[in-house]
Amino acid sequence: MSEPILSLRGVNKSFGPVHVLHDIDFTVRAGEVTALVGDNGAGKSTLVKCIAGIHPVDSGEILFDGKPVHIHGPRDAAALGIEVVYQDLALADNLDVVQNMFLGRERLSGFLLDEAEMELAARRTLASLSVRTVKSVRTPVSSLSGGQRQTVAIAKAVLWDSKVVLLDEPTAALGVAQTRQVLDLVRRLAEQGLGVVLISHNMNDVLEVSDRIATLYLGRMAAELPTRELNHSQVVELITAGRSGDLGLARPDVVTI
Amino acid sequence: MTESPTQPAGPKPTEPTPADSGPVAEALEAHAAADTAITDFGIDTTSRTTYEAIGDYWNRLRGGELGAVPALLGLTVLVVIFAIASGDFVSINNLANLLQQGAGPMIIAMGIVPVLLLGEIDLSAGTASGVAATLLALHFRDHGNLLGAMGDSMFYGFVVGLVLAALLAALLRLWIGVVGSLGAVAVLLLGVPANPYLEMLLAILVGVGIGCFTGFLVAKVGIPSFVVTLGLFIAWYGVILQLIGAAGTVSVRQSDVLFNVANDSLSVVGSWILFVVACGGYAAVVGLRHAARLRKGLVAQPTPLVLAKIVGVVVLGAVATWLLTLNRSPNPALTDISGVPYVVPIVLVLFVVGTFVLDRTRYGRHIYAVGGNTEAARRAGVNVPKIRMSVFIICSAVAAIGAIVYTSKVGSVDGNAGNGNTLLFAVGAAVIGGTSLFGGKGRVRDAVLGGLVLATVQNGLNLLGFQAAPVNIITGLVLLLAASVDALSRRRAAAR
Repeated sequence: MSEPILSLRGVNKSFGPVHVLHDIDFTVRAGEVTALVGDNGAGKSTLVKCIAGIHPVDSGEILFDGKPVHIHGPRDAAALGIEVVYQDLALADNLDVVQNMFLGRERLSGFLLDEAEMELAARRTLASLSVRTVKSVRTPVSSLSGGQRQTVAIAKAVLWDSKVVLLDEPTAALGVAQTRQVLDLVRRLAEQGLGVVLISHNMNDVLEVSDRIATLYLGRMAAELPTRELNHSQVVELITAGRSGDLGLARPDVVTI
Repeated sequence: MTESPTQPAGPKPTEPTPADSGPVAEALEAHAAADTAITDFGIDTTSRTTYEAIGDYWNRLRGGELGAVPALLGLTVLVVIFAIASGDFVSINNLANLLQQGAGPMIIAMGIVPVLLLGEIDLSAGTASGVAATLLALHFRDHGNLLGAMGDSMFYGFVVGLVLAALLAALLRLWIGVVGSLGAVAVLLLGVPANPYLEMLLAILVGVGIGCFTGFLVAKVGIPSFVVTLGLFIAWYGVILQLIGAAGTVSVRQSDVLFNVANDSLSVVGSWILFVVACGGYAAVVGLRHAARLRKGLVAQPTPLVLAKIVGVVVLGAVATWLLTLNRSPNPALTDISGVPYVVPIVLVLFVVGTFVLDRTRYGRHIYAVGGNTEAARRAGVNVPKIRMSVFIICSAVAAIGAIVYTSKVGSVDGNAGNGNTLLFAVGAAVIGGTSLFGGKGRVRDAVLGGLVLATVQNGLNLLGFQAAPVNIITGLVLLLAASVDALSRRRAAAR
């Protein structure tokens, strides 16, 4: 088993009186896909936003590469090598693939854009991910399919020597073949040694692509187990009830919510 | 077109997986060349044959990405119609005159393009340019004594306002706005005697200051740009009326420099130097970039197409320069009028600088990104308020340059300077050229082409002896036609 690259210890987060995250322990390992599942309102998005620096945590520790770090904003997270691919993609339709991948971090030669350098780097990254679905890196994003857009958004996150990539429902809006493309890409990210966090509602995707499954239930980490030790119905029970047989949270009479 | 690439749901049986490269994908590619949609075949191409490139272009046109085609077609049709209907239209004298008449609105249109790229609008650009023109004219008439020319309250109001504009620009760290506004304050307070170049500079600096105001209200206070600039449109009109009076005019004809900007031409030698610099520069930039892209193995146009473009521009430039260097005086025996009008290099410089900034700098890229998807740009670390504010500064400053040109053409400034149709013609020119009012799509080129179309309509109809009423009706219909072409093409693009 590889070393944890990112781990959270006892993280708490409240919005006013609402206690959203209770003592969360969560580990992301390099070279593995960790699925983060849970019902609506379980705290998945909040947890991702805490890692991405959008929400500061109230208490608890975040370790990156074994060292405690403080993430105060998206830029801190990006500086550590944590990239988030949001559900709504965050691509500009009127720009082409290269322009989108380098948006906000354009490479310059003098005070002009270094188009050649950016185009080559974009193609190297896409090639390293075995992405062969884009006709030309100068294609405007508006003419790409949903799967291709998601691919570009993920490749954008990889471009920056990132170590951890968080994917928020990357296949939610995709068809069958396009979902296939994106899941293959998720696997390749892990094979390249990145720590990948996959948030998804689709159990088939999760069981197929992930190495470990972390289940959130009402703001608590119900279980964080290797995927091969779980089956479909156990994951569903963990999501809906917080426990499944011996797995998960203790009986509800002990739990205080 | 059977499949929608943007349709997220639904299985796509013909879609090959990434492993599906090789002969299958190549066959698909050959098949897909006939289709406008970019289907999921797995080859990253960098070069196309000329035939493929022309085919792709044709497919994009059919797919609704019309680019400059409607404006160019419209221009051609108009020229043919007017040439048949009026003997005077196709004369070198009228060609030069058309350029000089059209330059003012065209320049204002170029300035408004970055604002439209963000999906915003600046309704006040016209009257703001009028304010700049008014200060230019007053400074000239009263030999730099603006305190006397403007009256106490107006003068101190302007000084305080410009200092405030500088502070607002400093808040967003837009140093060009700070320098411009304080420069205008300095010219106001120093009262340096009249000098045509100083007056032109004053007009531009006042434009910068006005833009700081507009931009801050839109970008930081968060008022919709339509409302902000509607208010300022009315306010600046009031300022002009106060300074000049409804019936007053201030002449600048006595200054040769100010008058010649839009009424005189380069010498014949100067015209050919301009041709060599402009066309040589174009050929060098396009040719060298193409060579570099080929060398590095990047996505590039086919070489024959690039050469054809360069040859086309050089030949057109040479013919235009040659025509304009002929003597176009109505009485060739008495006077000699020849050479490329000064407005041509002015428009060219703005066009080149604008295109360069939008296409080749980080700032320009961020303008397109904010216009295309503000949220994506913000998440990518783009300073969205700063970009928003800056485009209004550009718009007002360039509108002030337009004001210099139209003031020079008429030779005076009156109480209606920049009022009425000025701004709407500028927006219309950009739209006719193909700039979208929804943001993200447009180029400086659009303003130039659209400006030429509008200038041609007005000039041609005037030569045919039409009065103001039909001229306005027809101009409006031309604009509507352009907007319809744009809307239909967009619907076609969306239906893919």
